Amino acid sequence: MKQERIGVYVCHCGSNIAGTVDVGQLSSWAADALEKRGVVVARDYKFMCSSLGQELIKSDIVELSLTRVVVAACSPHLHEKTFRTACQQAGLNPYLMEMVSLREHVAWVHSDKALATQKAKALISGAVERVALHEPLDPISVPIEATTLVVGAGISGIQAALEIADAGQKVVLVEREPSIGGHMAQLDKTFPTLDCSACILTPKMVTVGSHPNINLLTWSEVEAVDGFVGQFTVTIRKKARYVREDVCTGCGICMEKCPSKLIDQVYEAGLGYRSAIYRPFPQAIPKYPVIDKANCIYFQRGKCKACQLFCPTTPNAIDFEQEDQILQLTVGNIILATGYDLFDARRIPQYGYGRLANVFSSLEFERLCNAAGPTEGKILLRDGVSQPESVGIIHCVGSRDRNYNNYCSAICCMQSLKFAHLVKERTGAKVTNFYIDIRTPYKDYDEFYQHVLQEKVEFVRGRVAEVTDAARRPGEEGKLIIQVEDTFIGKQRRIPVDMVILSAGIEPRHDSKEVSRKFGISCNGSGFFTELHPKLDPVATMSKGIFIAGCAQGPKDIPASVVQGAAAAARVLGTIQQKSLDLEPVLAQVIDQKCSGCRICSNLCPFNAIGFDLERQISTINPALCQGCGTCVSACPSHAISGTQFSTEQILAQLHGLLAESFNGNGARTQSPAFSQAELV
Amino acid sequence: MKPSNEEPYGYYPGCSLEKNALAYNESTSAVANVLGLKFEEVADWNCCGASEYLALDILPAYALISRNLALAASSSGSHSLVAPCSACFLNLSKVDHQMAEVPALASQVNEALAAGGLSYQPGSITIRHLLDVFVNDVGFDRISSLVTHPLYELRVAPYYGCLISRPDYEGVYDSPEYPTGLDHLMTALGAEVVDFPLKTHCCGGHMTQISEPVALELIRRLLQNAHEYDADVIATLCPMCQLNLDVYQEHVNHAFGTNYHIPILYFTQLIGLALGIRAKELGFGREFVSAKRALAKIGKARPAPKKKRKPSKEALPMPQATEVEYR
Amino acid sequence: MPSTNVTTIPTDQPDPFVTRSFLEEVVDAVPGDPRLTACLQCGTCGGSCPSGPDMEHTPRQLFAMINAGMRAEVLRSNTPWYCVSCYFCMARCPQKVQITDIMYALKRKAIEDGESRSSSAADAPKFSEAFVNFVENYGRSFELGVAARFHFVQHPGEALKMATSIGIGMMRKGRMDLTPTRIKGVKQLQTILDRARELGGTA
Repeated sequence: MKQERIGVYVCHCGSNIAGTVDVGQLSSWAADALEKRGVVVARDYKFMCSSLGQELIKSDIVELSLTRVVVAACSPHLHEKTFRTACQQAGLNPYLMEMVSLREHVAWVHSDKALATQKAKALISGAVERVALHEPLDPISVPIEATTLVVGAGISGIQAALEIADAGQKVVLVEREPSIGGHMAQLDKTFPTLDCSACILTPKMVTVGSHPNINLLTWSEVEAVDGFVGQFTVTIRKKARYVREDVCTGCGICMEKCPSKLIDQVYEAGLGYRSAIYRPFPQAIPKYPVIDKANCIYFQRGKCKACQLFCPTTPNAIDFEQEDQILQLTVGNIILATGYDLFDARRIPQYGYGRLANVFSSLEFERLCNAAGPTEGKILLRDGVSQPESVGIIHCVGSRDRNYNNYCSAICCMQSLKFAHLVKERTGAKVTNFYIDIRTPYKDYDEFYQHVLQEKVEFVRGRVAEVTDAARRPGEEGKLIIQVEDTFIGKQRRIPVDMVILSAGIEPRHDSKEVSRKFGISCNGSGFFTELHPKLDPVATMSKGIFIAGCAQGPKDIPASVVQGAAAAARVLGTIQQKSLDLEPVLAQVIDQKCSGCRICSNLCPFNAIGFDLERQISTINPALCQGCGTCVSACPSHAISGTQFSTEQILAQLHGLLAESFNGNGARTQSPAFSQAELV
Repeated sequence: MKPSNEEPYGYYPGCSLEKNALAYNESTSAVANVLGLKFEEVADWNCCGASEYLALDILPAYALISRNLALAASSSGSHSLVAPCSACFLNLSKVDHQMAEVPALASQVNEALAAGGLSYQPGSITIRHLLDVFVNDVGFDRISSLVTHPLYELRVAPYYGCLISRPDYEGVYDSPEYPTGLDHLMTALGAEVVDFPLKTHCCGGHMTQISEPVALELIRRLLQNAHEYDADVIATLCPMCQLNLDVYQEHVNHAFGTNYHIPILYFTQLIGLALGIRAKELGFGREFVSAKRALAKIGKARPAPKKKRKPSKEALPMPQATEVEYR
Repeated sequence: MPSTNVTTIPTDQPDPFVTRSFLEEVVDAVPGDPRLTACLQCGTCGGSCPSGPDMEHTPRQLFAMINAGMRAEVLRSNTPWYCVSCYFCMARCPQKVQITDIMYALKRKAIEDGESRSSSAADAPKFSEAFVNFVENYGRSFELGVAARFHFVQHPGEALKMATSIGIGMMRKGRMDLTPTRIKGVKQLQTILDRARELGGTA
């Protein structure tokens, strides 16, 4: 076999690597000790990623006729592309370059310089052995279908859909509720400007409803996603509405006549009622109602049909025979904007929600304030008659608490300030806010806080210990007592009020983990979808062609949700513009003759990339979906899957190089914790 | 872990049950007889140190408690240790839990135990409170099926106190704030259960000894709340709670000019009554605030179910776990 | 009762920011990690505490004082002695600070440093001592003995009257012994306790 000519390049990364690893010794060692393994040159340089650093590599490739390159620098996540491009520019296939993560795997996690340098040698030795077996590869090109799927039609999904549709591309917008609008449609006023939520949202909703480029599918859910970026096949269940959209005029008589009334847990947040045939709110898009089968008297007991009886249109718009429709669509990109669930305050029994009548959740309070809500915008106690004379607003309910959610929900401070203002304005009641910290970053937010302070709203700094109706002293009878340490005076206080509002936090949707699996993306520990990079790639995901926006990615307010919706749309439009996309050729391949069809691999694949060829009874790997993680390669019991760039031979060669350097008898054997004897066998 | 039929429960009565909470001990064994529960007392157990030893010296305090654990673990036949006293229960489970969490502590404790020829492997026995046995092993259905003298019309305020609900190292209670096991148990006896807001609030613990005014105020709050909710009796499961609310009730009345007369009974005494055991065998008469008047209230027949007041037309619905139909 | 809430940052020693020794000392005195340094100063503990209104400092304040190195003020505070061990603070703490266990550690430190004698709750350790004394000598607690040793010595007057009336009532109801019970293995117990004392500090 022809000996490869390998160049090794050690980056100092300023002092990031050089502070912990003896980079000078490392490069001279590589030139010396690895010479017989094909290393013809080894250099170290302050910033290998700089233009000058890249030049070094390029000129060596040309002048020394290098056939392989090892760059020992940072994680390949950051600069693999940089160095691959450098190789390509010098005429070397970019996949003949291998990176060693000296910074993340060595420098940042060790403190002993000698041992760290020894570990670095082992890693470089492994990389040299491995890179010799690399093969030149060419990127895979896939065409991009121009239609985009947007899942969830709250404000973030609406924004994303409109941006794409306005740019002239087709959008399929799927919403599982009967109407679009999401949580924003439930709100009364929005902070910090106090615009009427419906007034600013409904124009957008109307545009979505009539946009020629938007195919709106409400009362629908995505059942399955197959395929890959550019060519996703999505299966959508369009649930039976039992109302014919082609004839219904949306007059609403059916809803009036429906005898089955029940508490509306979704739109009215449990504070109001709706009928079994319903349209969540007057400005709903589309205007057609749906029949909620589980609560429909006809569907449950076989008699009633009041809605059909009173429907004034001809032909009759009520159709009890309708069935769910299954649609299959091809889309090029997907935006997930599935929103959030409100933290269920019943989980904190000491706040009394669900037990003490006049404790309200934040969404309940929004409905109380809303002119379209159950009290027509009057702030009333649970009896529906009396107005509160004193109100306590509790911040951070279910947030910033290791017993529930250990994150800040981002909206609650501003929301609570807004509530305080609304109570003051509409009732004149005494208002007290209970908080740990007031967090008002972003434009005009702190000014709003200042404004509320001037409205004589009281603030007590202290996380509320409990809300109780157990009176202890005069003045407490018949009231809700908020017990708290006023931390500014260091005293326990008991403040009697008529009404308590719990500023409950934002939680991932209850089914977010299920949805993430369906779309092949990942969630963080709490259940929010994980972005590709928290700072630099905030709306892309690990799966190409799938983007995220809004509260599904993490708690945020309306402006931030709109920004993310627009950002995701821009990313999608960018890929549509390219018409085709180059994909990484580093992936797994099934060796057909060896595959026994056991399908162990397909269950393990985190990217849903492994399908099954029923005819030939073997597994097949979709090259566009495969991310080259190697899970299937190691799991296959018959060694029937090989990875380009991570074949068994390459892995063994790398181990060989690695272990040779770890056990070279200079004492590292017992001191190096990274490689134990056990790993040898 | 529920012991098999043959396996008795290890039993750690604790100092209080020997004397001041004799009624608790008497009623527990009377009820256990009827239910066929076998309790095997740990031989030669010692005091758990209450909340006092930890204030003085940590390792001896842990060693004191762990001697009981070691004795219980080495006695044959049982893998559980049941404590009827909440303070004992907490101390035993605290040491077991912390020895498991902090290996350095476990080895020090074992070094001390070794001086007495003992050792204890954390986690080798399950520490349980007596209430847990009734709620989770015996079960409401079984209790209910054995009731011969239902406690109809007796309004019972179920009082858990602190140490059974918090910090709940064993993780068996439904809530550190608002548990419901005792509520359901009392319902199973036919009693009318008060949704007692202060059910897990503090009885004052040893504050009666440290600062009486502070302690009396804590006791007053509980009595006031139980009184406001028209409780006939408070059911308790801890000797310290019983002692404070019962013995100091007269002092509270004296100090605050109130006139509370709420008997404080062990839940086992109430179970015993409902199972038809004679009051004398259940330690009645040992309470300072006599239970006679309250027990005379017990009705002969099941009271007619109370009509749920229909909410007014204007009233807004309460938060619901599931959708309910409204007409 | 000494004046309450008078707190001074010590000026005769290096700023605690430099040394932080008292904070570390307290942390070390609790088994495992008490998470004291995670305290957010939110006041959940002080708001939840049943005896909070009667404490000279709320637990939260005490933690800030520990952080500021105010050793003497912390150890003289009545706060740890007024802790009723109800564990409300610990169950509710959003940072899972092991507050009750820290209170026990502060009690031990206060006795060790002799500061508890200057506390408004100076009697409290004496009750614990009286209680523990019987446990160490008999293996069991002995209410009458503790009452005799504690109240009759510490609390003449009103408290004594009350203790006596309760004592008599308890005996009439058969709820109090006249003599202590001694366990069989008391020698074994004492050997164990002696060894534990030798081993000293916490894990």
